[in-house]
Amino acid sequence: MPETLIDLQNLNKIFTFTSGIFNSQNRIVHAVQSINLQIWKGETLGLVGESGCGKSTLARLIVGLENPSSGFIFFQGDDISSYDKRAMKIYRRNVQLIFQDPYSSLNPRKSAISMVKEPLIIHRSGNSDERRRQATELMEKVGLSAEQANRYPHEFSGGQRQRIGIARALILQPQLIIADEPVSALDVSVQAQILNLLKDLKQDFGLTYLFISHDLNVIRHMADRVAVMYLGQIVELAENRDIYESPLHPYTQLLLSAVPDCNPRKKRKKVIIKDEIGHGGNRGCNFQDRCPYKLPLCKEQQPVLQEVNKQRFCACHLAGSIRMS
Amino acid sequence: MQPLLEIKDLVTVFNTQRGRINAVDGVSLSLPAGETLGIVGESGCGKTMLALSIMQLIPQNGSIEQGRIFFCGQDLLKLSPEEIRLRRGREIAMIFQEPMTSLNPVFRIGEQIAEAVRLHQNLSSKEARDVSIEQLREVGIPDPERRARDYPHQLSGGMRQRVMIAMAMSCHPKLLLADEPTTALDVTIQAQILDLISTLKEKNNMAVIFITHDLGIVAQTAKYVAVMYAGKIVENSWAERIFTNPVHPYTKGLIDSIPSCSIDPSKDRRKYLKTIPGSVPNLYNLPCGCRFRERCSVAFDQCLREEPPLIEIESGHFVSCWSAQGVGGKKI
Ligand SMILES: Nc1ncnc2c1ncn2[C@@H]1O[C@H](COP(=O)(O)OP(=O)(O)OP(=O)(O)O)[C@@H](O)[C@H]1O
Ligand SMILES: Nc1ncnc2c1ncn2[C@@H]1O[C@H](COP(=O)(O)OP(=O)(O)OP(=O)(O)O)[C@@H](O)[C@H]1O
Ligand SMILES: [Mg+2]
Ligand SMILES: [Mg+2]
Repeated sequence: MPETLIDLQNLNKIFTFTSGIFNSQNRIVHAVQSINLQIWKGETLGLVGESGCGKSTLARLIVGLENPSSGFIFFQGDDISSYDKRAMKIYRRNVQLIFQDPYSSLNPRKSAISMVKEPLIIHRSGNSDERRRQATELMEKVGLSAEQANRYPHEFSGGQRQRIGIARALILQPQLIIADEPVSALDVSVQAQILNLLKDLKQDFGLTYLFISHDLNVIRHMADRVAVMYLGQIVELAENRDIYESPLHPYTQLLLSAVPDCNPRKKRKKVIIKDEIGHGGNRGCNFQDRCPYKLPLCKEQQPVLQEVNKQRFCACHLAGSIRMS
Repeated sequence: MQPLLEIKDLVTVFNTQRGRINAVDGVSLSLPAGETLGIVGESGCGKTMLALSIMQLIPQNGSIEQGRIFFCGQDLLKLSPEEIRLRRGREIAMIFQEPMTSLNPVFRIGEQIAEAVRLHQNLSSKEARDVSIEQLREVGIPDPERRARDYPHQLSGGMRQRVMIAMAMSCHPKLLLADEPTTALDVTIQAQILDLISTLKEKNNMAVIFITHDLGIVAQTAKYVAVMYAGKIVENSWAERIFTNPVHPYTKGLIDSIPSCSIDPSKDRRKYLKTIPGSVPNLYNLPCGCRFRERCSVAFDQCLREEPPLIEIESGHFVSCWSAQGVGGKKI
């Protein structure tokens, strides 16, 4: 059994806000719903799901940018809510976030190298010479030359900016990198460069990744295991090959049937969905509105993520009995 | 047979404070009636400006500098603004990535479609309303009588894109320009919109130009594919050819660099993706010679000297690359 780095137990996040000026009623969004999930040391766990399903919220909960409404996050066996200030600071060093948008996540008034050095200064690590040396070394590692170190963000292309973001996330030698759509804003020809770089860095620094994307092709290439998220819930979790070659949950099946393939001879089948947006009512399965296999039970009872087979988890009353048509 | 659309050596320029750029730099292509052409290329390569040039809706600071755009045999660039306005919408329609920017937020969607219909057809308002409801039904909007009274913000992204398609289809155009119509949508909704466009295309014998940066979408929807790079078409052929036998090093690089659900990465040599080094050149500062040469693994001295023309290397397959044209030379 692999070593568990992060263990999420029954994690929930509920946002409450008032919608519109004429509406005094509070609206709630249950963005993360009773999630139980482990991230194993050394793996790349892919997290895939459509817009608004809660991927970024889950990422923000794990790095501590957001507090859970209920539930626990364990890091190497310790409940992070029990951490004091110092322990929290160490945790923050160990768990770093790479953002989607390399444009908005960088300070336009700082040179590349000062941005990469900044986390070291915040964490009071080393003296000025050591920091410069570390930053220069790391920048070289991510493919930025010494000559580029003193340039400013607007002088860089999207891919280069993402490299700066990656160097910045790595400078404190974290154990876990949470990459939230790290290539979604990039040109296709640059996307491959960054994906390859992330693979190299993982190997060289012995990193663990939580890799978030809405792009099933990218997740297929990057992940060891894949978690599929739908309206706040993990609906399926399994090894890469199992997810892609024999998906169990009807939502995973729907997602995979919708991806256009680059082979023009391999025509995609028509995608049939009963409803365009699921609503995730108060009762029953979140996916029931869109599910072609809905049973009376699905209206009554919310399925929980269960181990269907060895290391194959699925949250569906019909798990294992539906084949991809 | 005469093509429905034929573009010859089109150049669209912008004058800005930073200088002058050719956003569309000598594009030629043709499209038969009822067929789908996919235009692929990375951000900033001129896809949208090409489409807007056909519509003659390019932004204020831009202009069409040269070229011809024949539509049903007539040069659109020679028509008066009034004649263009009549063709726009009725014969050529366009849908965009973000439907919200093209829908008016203060009018009900039914009224907006009826308005578009009335603009081009001599109908009473009752008739136009009936047509608009019929159009909404046609694009798969459930309960169209009720939905027609909704405002744009009451609809999901996918539903708004359906409304845009309903509006574009309302006058039965011969050509639909679809500029990244599914880029803002989730993959499951995207699949439905793609299915819808192809159904409508078949039913109305409409030609479609589908603009996207997603090669998978092009492979699934288009019969012909044009690959654009920095304002130019670098390769143009049948989709089958482009995907099974690409010739331009940029096309090859693009196809090889995208990950795919159907490739198992755990097979050893699949660990890394093939890459194209560098990034797209800045249009304000293009390299001399071939604009792809700085990123090209097979470039040689000729590529430094002269820009390769788009040449038909085999029947129906156009490529702009010196080495594909059998020109040899010293490697650089
Ligand atoms: N600060 C907030 N206040 C209120 N609602 C929020 C907040 N942050 C997120 N949400 C809501 O929580 C849900 C999940 O959002 P989240 O950003 O986590 O989704 P996502 O899966 O990352 O989507 P995307 O693919 O679009 O990035 C959405 O309905 C969103 O509107
Ligand atoms: N109003 C404008 N003024 C100056 N330059 C412009 C203007 N509009 C577009 N451009 C430039 O023209 C070029 C082509 O732009 P275009 O919008 O056609 O690209 P695109 O291929 O559609 O890209 P994307 O995939 O990002 O939509 C770009 O380099 C862009 O910066
Ligand atoms: Mg997100
Ligand atoms: Mg565009």
